Parts: sequence; structure tokens; C-alpha cells
Amino acid sequence: MAQQTKKETSGYKIGSMATDFKLQNVDGNMVSLQDYEKAKGFIICFTCNHCPFSIANESRLISLDERYKEVGYPVIAINPNDPAINEDDSFEEMITRAEERGFTFPYLFDEGQKVFPQYGATKTPHIYLLQKTKKGLEVKYIGAIDNSSRDEDEVTEHYLENALNALLDGKEIEVKETKAIGCSIKVDKS
Amino acid sequence: MKFQLLLAFLILQLTFIATQCDAQTAKEYIKSGNQLIAVYDFDGLDSLLNQKNDTTYVVNFWATWCIPCVQELPYFEQLLEKYGSEKMKLLLVSLDFRKKVDQSLIPFMAKKKLKSTVVLLDDKNANIWINKVDSTWSGALPATLILNKNQRLFFEKSFTFEELETEYLNSKK
Repeated sequence: MAQQTKKETSGYKIGSMATDFKLQNVDGNMVSLQDYEKAKGFIICFTCNHCPFSIANESRLISLDERYKEVGYPVIAINPNDPAINEDDSFEEMITRAEERGFTFPYLFDEGQKVFPQYGATKTPHIYLLQKTKKGLEVKYIGAIDNSSRDEDEVTEHYLENALNALLDGKEIEVKETKAIGCSIKVDKS
Repeated sequence: MKFQLLLAFLILQLTFIATQCDAQTAKEYIKSGNQLIAVYDFDGLDSLLNQKNDTTYVVNFWATWCIPCVQELPYFEQLLEKYGSEKMKLLLVSLDFRKKVDQSLIPFMAKKKLKSTVVLLDDKNANIWINKVDSTWSGALPATLILNKNQRLFFEKSFTFEELETEYLNSKK
């Protein structure tokens, strides 16, 4: 069968324990997951300012944050791209974007691009749903928000919401990993 | 003799039509200048690629808004120029949003005057078809599939021309 070399063969799988980080938010403050003492978990979303798939999912991210942070699962957005490759990915542009779109969640800059390889994110948008357990932050779901990334009107399967609801009900998540088209994460190869 | 010639001619014509069979599997056609862009759902695209012949298909998944995709397009054009006379078919499969082709794909194609065949993949069930292209594909663009009756090679990466040529030649071994 096809053999191909992937740059990131590591990264979190379902059941992995996610490490915390300390990244700068668009409001200037540093943010870590441990700051959220009352949270039951997190919806980590690797996203960026210009990818049309990211843009198409923004209002869904806001909606998810508004509903699920009330019950312990806030959205944490992270821009994993290197602005040296595309200046649209700069921190200044992130501030503008967050303000224009009315982000209700932190939008963090992955300075040095150290966090996204740990997660194994390969594109934007890319979701990792984490749950606080005794052993640490467990990865419970990876992939897309729903089955129609580019067009909210055509969604028929709400993968991430189903996963969140299962966690809140103490049930097993049925669909733990999904895939969607996205923009590859921009890494300086030099 | 005349009858045999006529028969030969008819068979030739039918063969020609059959090779243009692409037409039957497209959902619709979009006009772009003098060209028509065929729009496929995944099953249509798949049947286009799984024809029982000696052709090597080089299939690049890209979009006009994907910068690394646009940067490597000239290498695919170069490959076509160098090897297009062999049994090779180059398909640039655009993932541009169907509703936005007038603002994105159509002007892009008019500007770049691409020689390669451009088709649009319009199928919302990405979670299903991404795995059908290749189970290791995360869904990130760009990605390239090189396949013929002997090999199926998949690459989730950007290419230089040299790398692309190497993999194309590998597929024919």
C-alpha cells in the first residue's frame, strides 16, 4: 500500500495526556489551561486568520464557546502558523480578527510553533477536545466540528457537540475522530 | 475494403468518445473563459481515476486560497510539459468553495492560463472521502495522489519539481 513520509508522525491520539502551555492571548495576557480551575475540560482549536475553512467555522466556535463554557468546556483557540511565511498570520492580525469577529474565547499565538507539533495538528481548523481526569488532561476527541466544514447550512452531523454531550452525560463518545479539509500549518522549512 | 475502412473509422470514433467519458461522471460544468470546469462529487472523481488503462494519473488536491498549493502549481505544469506525451494524465482537483468560484477559481484560471486540466471537487462528506483518497491523509492541503494500475502513491506535502518528478518516475517502475 502507499508509503509516504509524514513530517509529524507523533502527536496526540485518543487517550493521550495533553500537556499545558503558556501562550500569549490577543489581550496581551499569558494564558495556560491551569488558569481555568473550574473547567471540566477544553475545546482546543488550532485556527488562523485567513484560511477559508477556519473563517467558515468561526461563528460555530463562538456558538460552542458561549454554550459549553457555561457547563465547563470553554474554547481555547490557537494560531499555529509562522507569520514569517504569511504576514496575515501575525499577532496584530489576530487582534484585529478577534475583535472584528467578536471572539468570546482566548485566541493564542503559538510563539516558536512548539505547541501544535505536540498535539500533532496538521491543519487549520483542527479540534482537540480535552477532559480533566485524575491522570491529567485526556484527549477525548480529535478532528472536525461537524461534517460540513465549509458550509454551516449543510451540517447534518454535529461531531464535536455529540462528543461534548457524551462527556457531560458520562457516556462513551461514539465518533472519536473525524477528518475535514483544511489549510496546512505553515512552518518555515529553512 | 470501403466497409472495413468505415468500420475502422467508427471504432476509432467510439474509442475517442469513450476516452472523453469524463463527461458522464461530472455533476455539472462551469464556464471559465473558453474552458469548461467539470464539477465532481467524490464518487464521480473516483470513477474517473479508476479506469482500467495504462495511464498514470497525477492528481493534485489544491485551492486558490491555499498559498503552498499555488506555489507548487508551476511544477505540475512543468511535469505535464515534460511527460504529457506519455500515458499520463494530470488533474488539478480544486477544493475551492462551489459558491465562490466566480470570485476565486474562475479569475485565477483566467490569470494563470493553466494547461493542466482543472476540476472542482464538490462533496461535503469530507470525513468519508478523505479516507477514500488515502487513510493517512489528515485533510490538509496540498496533497497529491499518483496512481496507475501498478501503484498508488499518496503524499501529504508540498513538492519541488525534482521531488515531484522523482515520485512520478517511481510510480512507473
